[in-house]
Amino acid sequence: MAATTAIVTGKPRRPRGGMTKKRPLDWVLLVAVILGAIVIVVPFYLILVNAFKSPIEYATSGPFALPQAIDLSGIEKFWNRVNFPEKVWNSIFISAVVSVLAVLISVLNAFAIGIGRVRGRTWIVLLFLLANLLPQEALLYPLYYMFKSVHLYDNVWSVIIVFTVVQAAFGTYLLSSVFGTFPKEILEAASLDGAGRWKILWRVVFPISRPTLAVLLIFFFIWTWNEFLIPLTFLASNSNQTVPVAISVLQGDRLMDVTTTAGSALLGIIPTLIFFLIFQRTLTRGITAGAVK
Amino acid sequence: MSVLTRAESAARAETGATRADGRSRKARTKLPPEEPAIPQRKGGTAGYWLYLLPGFVLLLVIIVIPLIFNVYLTFTKWRGVRSPEFIGLDNWAKVFTDEDFWTSFVNSIWMVVAMVVLPTIIGLVVAALLFDVVGRKFGGKVGSFLRATYYLPQILPIAVAGIVIGWIFRPGATGAMNQLLGVLGIPPVDWLGQMPSALLVLMAVLVWVQIGYPIVVFMAALQRVDPELYEAAELDGANWFQRFSAITLSIIRPEVFVVTLTCTIAALKVFGPVYVITQGGPAGATLVPAYYAYTEFFTKRNIGYGATIATVLTILVVIVSIIFIRAQSSLERKERAGL
Repeated sequence: MAATTAIVTGKPRRPRGGMTKKRPLDWVLLVAVILGAIVIVVPFYLILVNAFKSPIEYATSGPFALPQAIDLSGIEKFWNRVNFPEKVWNSIFISAVVSVLAVLISVLNAFAIGIGRVRGRTWIVLLFLLANLLPQEALLYPLYYMFKSVHLYDNVWSVIIVFTVVQAAFGTYLLSSVFGTFPKEILEAASLDGAGRWKILWRVVFPISRPTLAVLLIFFFIWTWNEFLIPLTFLASNSNQTVPVAISVLQGDRLMDVTTTAGSALLGIIPTLIFFLIFQRTLTRGITAGAVK
Repeated sequence: MSVLTRAESAARAETGATRADGRSRKARTKLPPEEPAIPQRKGGTAGYWLYLLPGFVLLLVIIVIPLIFNVYLTFTKWRGVRSPEFIGLDNWAKVFTDEDFWTSFVNSIWMVVAMVVLPTIIGLVVAALLFDVVGRKFGGKVGSFLRATYYLPQILPIAVAGIVIGWIFRPGATGAMNQLLGVLGIPPVDWLGQMPSALLVLMAVLVWVQIGYPIVVFMAALQRVDPELYEAAELDGANWFQRFSAITLSIIRPEVFVVTLTCTIAALKVFGPVYVITQGGPAGATLVPAYYAYTEFFTKRNIGYGATIATVLTILVVIVSIIFIRAQSSLERKERAGL
């Protein structure tokens, strides 16, 4: 936690005296980086312009031209065919429940490992880390079989349970090291005041590490949202599918024209894009936390 | 790279501060590791085990038991109905002589090129340019904006990326790429239907998806470089490349380590892009182990054999992780000894 806050503020930046001295080479390099960025956004541009074209217009003007008239039929077709609000709700529900449960379990684990310093903690952390690194294929069929036998197959809860464990494994790994740096004095003070372990966890450790937990929560949400293999395998019926699965299932549909494809891609991007814009700072902080020690 | 791993790898950078033993460098300097953090009144640290209970139970049921079950399945022939039939080492004998299996592993090397080698090299250059040239000469806002642009594909669900790419590289004249070529007078290409273009397209997509992650991590790392070091080197007549290799690279080496480790693991596990873009085709040319295992499970219903492929993949991932973590800690030991 302490480490993370230090990262957020960062070192004070030196005044940039060199801002005005631009050599011609600097302009060349700037253009090169911008060209690279344009290559990166071209697919996004294609999604955006073609989602609003009619199939006829696509046939005549091609993929790169801006739409002449706004045509929502592609988006509408996709929206209705997959019952988009239902898919968004499934994705939100699964991701939200997973992120809350996974953070909760990570906190409990990390409290025992990072603050409680239980015996053998190095191995425990490695065990959790391994659980996160494993290829999901190595668990896929046994889990599939297990969920079938307990009648959780094709139920959103099967996916929720799996990802709670997978994400919590990573959370445990990360939080254990964060809690390991927790100021000892605060814990001692609380302990002397008669606070038990449970109280120390929820009244001291939890409130102080809230910013780190928020980053973790957001990451768990996005990772779960973007997950593909497990939801694809465990959520067979249409009404249980998540947004990415619904889009990929439709892809095999020969009837889908180019503009519907673009429309589905646009609808698939919008939720994550909104999330990205809202939490951009938090995300950058999350990705780079620890990078600057 | 499954979708999880992509994002997962993004945040695993967070653990840049973390050693293999799960303690950060700070933890070591601040707290002697063997000393309990709180004065223990009674029972030592034993009471903390209760807090691990829910996590352990879940880990056991969802990870450990299925993993053991999966290893057991490698010794069986099973169609998914009735009970598995024990066949000893047949699956293991088969896996090492299976040409498709070797193809899938050779393709894994290509995935490592596309997800580790190229993104790390390009990422280093772009991050250095954004930080050094764009950030300093044109303002931090321009730099952050471009950084966010490069990061954009990372937030895209891979299924969505897949359908967009599938459509851009559609065969015939309706695909965006072929239309572009048409303008230049080049006849349409069946991008995903033949080799080597199918593999190259897949690799290009993975570079596109991955590139933002190293850039963001490396740019953060660059903030740690003391500008005075640069100025001194500049006065000594070092050119940009000399400064980059001597100062920048050595300072941001921990980040390079984290990025290469997490991306290598993601590359070995890659599934989503192959599933949505090429389905392993044409004729198995873009087959990867994860996709191969998946088809054995759910298309051919050779559960035992699929489990064997998945197990080999798991062993490989574990070996790679151990090699990386060991290399990193020995490097650090050397550094500390040198200081």
